[in-house]
Amino acid sequence: MSEKTRRFSSIFVLLRYKKTSEEIPSQYNFWAESWQRLRSNKMAMFGLITLFCLLFMALVGPWLTPYTYYETHLHLKNQAPSSQFWFGTDELGRDLFTRVWWGARISLLVGIVASFVDLVMGVFYGSLAASIGGKVEEFMMRVADILYSIPYLLVVILLMVVIGSGITTIIIALTITGWISMARIVRGQILQLKQLDFVKAAQTMGASPFRILARHLIPNATGSIIVTVTLTIPTAIFAEAFLSFLGLGIQAPIASWGTMANDGLPALRYYPWRLFFPAGFISLTMLSFNVLGDGLRDAFDPRMRL
Amino acid sequence: MIRFLLKKIFILFLSLFMVASLTFALMQMIPGDPFTQEKAVPEEILKAMYHHYGLDQPWYVQYYRYMKGLITFDLGPSFKYQGRTVTEIIREGFPVSMTLGFEALILSIFFGIALGSLAALKHLKWQDHITMVIAVLGISIPSFILATFLQYLISMKFDLLPVARWGSFDHSILPALSLAALPTAFIARLTRSNMVEIMQEDYIQTARSKGLNSFQIVIRHALRNALLPVVTYLGPLTTAILTGSFAVEKIFGIPGLGQWFVMSITNRDYTVIMGTTVFYSAILMLCVLLVDILYCLIDPRIQLINKKVRA
Repeated sequence: MSEKTRRFSSIFVLLRYKKTSEEIPSQYNFWAESWQRLRSNKMAMFGLITLFCLLFMALVGPWLTPYTYYETHLHLKNQAPSSQFWFGTDELGRDLFTRVWWGARISLLVGIVASFVDLVMGVFYGSLAASIGGKVEEFMMRVADILYSIPYLLVVILLMVVIGSGITTIIIALTITGWISMARIVRGQILQLKQLDFVKAAQTMGASPFRILARHLIPNATGSIIVTVTLTIPTAIFAEAFLSFLGLGIQAPIASWGTMANDGLPALRYYPWRLFFPAGFISLTMLSFNVLGDGLRDAFDPRMRL
Repeated sequence: MIRFLLKKIFILFLSLFMVASLTFALMQMIPGDPFTQEKAVPEEILKAMYHHYGLDQPWYVQYYRYMKGLITFDLGPSFKYQGRTVTEIIREGFPVSMTLGFEALILSIFFGIALGSLAALKHLKWQDHITMVIAVLGISIPSFILATFLQYLISMKFDLLPVARWGSFDHSILPALSLAALPTAFIARLTRSNMVEIMQEDYIQTARSKGLNSFQIVIRHALRNALLPVVTYLGPLTTAILTGSFAVEKIFGIPGLGQWFVMSITNRDYTVIMGTTVFYSAILMLCVLLVDILYCLIDPRIQLINKKVRA
């Protein structure tokens, strides 16, 4: 698969530069054209708009109700959704609407921070390996391969057992092996780009390897990096929800969507909304990131349409 | 081919060794020990227990025993369940998980290929769009959410299938469906994108001009080539089904290895955690190796390249 992707993107990179020189010589702008393509993709725009709405609600949602996420109303437990409690209440009478948007903050925070750390580590490791080359590169990538062959969630679960639950530990656990796919993609991209004439031209003109990396190689790999980040965020959000669902994640009274789903599971038969609201938002968020990521890939790289 | 295999097997053992050492190191790093949370136990009994489980030895002796145990498939006793060994737990739970996993695997391969081919044949028509919407939903909805949804809708509301537990084939339908959703979606997308490309090839045009109908073209000519990338996906697919089983077995109360694993985590039953982790990793790496071999066997082009390299 990676072979194939590599082959494809190399074709694409060549075409892209061919296009620059022949068809639209002066006004060609990679970002503007990608944005045009993204805008015409209905699914991707749906994802983008939904994500903005979710983000907005995560920021504003908890303040729209007179309740807090930890305040209990024991005489009002397991209420169905109503005008008083928009999403109903849980077994301690806590308002689910408030808790869902608090959960959105936690889930989005974990997803975005973990992906950002992956991004930094992955770009650093991948570009370092690709620019050093030779035996060192082989060794670095072999290490990455071996780490990659250990199932991601298994590692994360083990780490959570050892370092205990909490938001920080979950982010640490997610990033300890999460950066590897980014590193592999960045390395692959840079190896291809290095073959191109403009890099050779820069070398001939005496640019330092660091300058070539920072000014030529990484900027040209930005498209695939953005796509990878967009598709890493839902993976991280899923991993957090999954861990919390297994009882390993965020601890009470703070709730992420995963913990809320876990709390709602025993009451599924009689109070299904307790599970369906958080579960629905996990799915909606992952869906939005996935369609946006697919759309971005198509937009940056129309040849690689899936 | 043989050199390639030996190299792969070597890497497999290296990775397994690393996983085993890593789990050992992680378990050593946990503050306290498995008996600390229990009520005040007399000093002597505690000492006897330490001695019984070999915890009074220095870490390198424990490491040596652990490694020796791994080679002889003796994964030690469970800390929480008196008189049970980890090997027994695996022997009991794994067949259940494997049955479920196989069902999910077959479901996802069959439906994935069927949906993907349909989408490719009706490329850019409504069938294609619907299939791809289903596929993106399948990728986005986590298996544990799908599982609860199916359980609620089909078992609780319409009472069509058993709500939980394990036993007959009926019990396995919903869990297998929820585990199969994500791999089905992935395979459908892979098959579609390959098939769309292959349908443009010259030999398909030839087949068409010979007067074959599109069904025959797909079965006899296109599918074979479109399936190659699907084979490479079998490794990640096994991972998805396996990790998915942790939550799905919990939801449906299935006595498989996944449930044992989750329970051992909540119980902090360290020997079981270590044993099952290493076991899971071994299974997954073996699957990846099998896929590599399978790939070489079914794609004659790869062998050709290998021969050339050797010559």
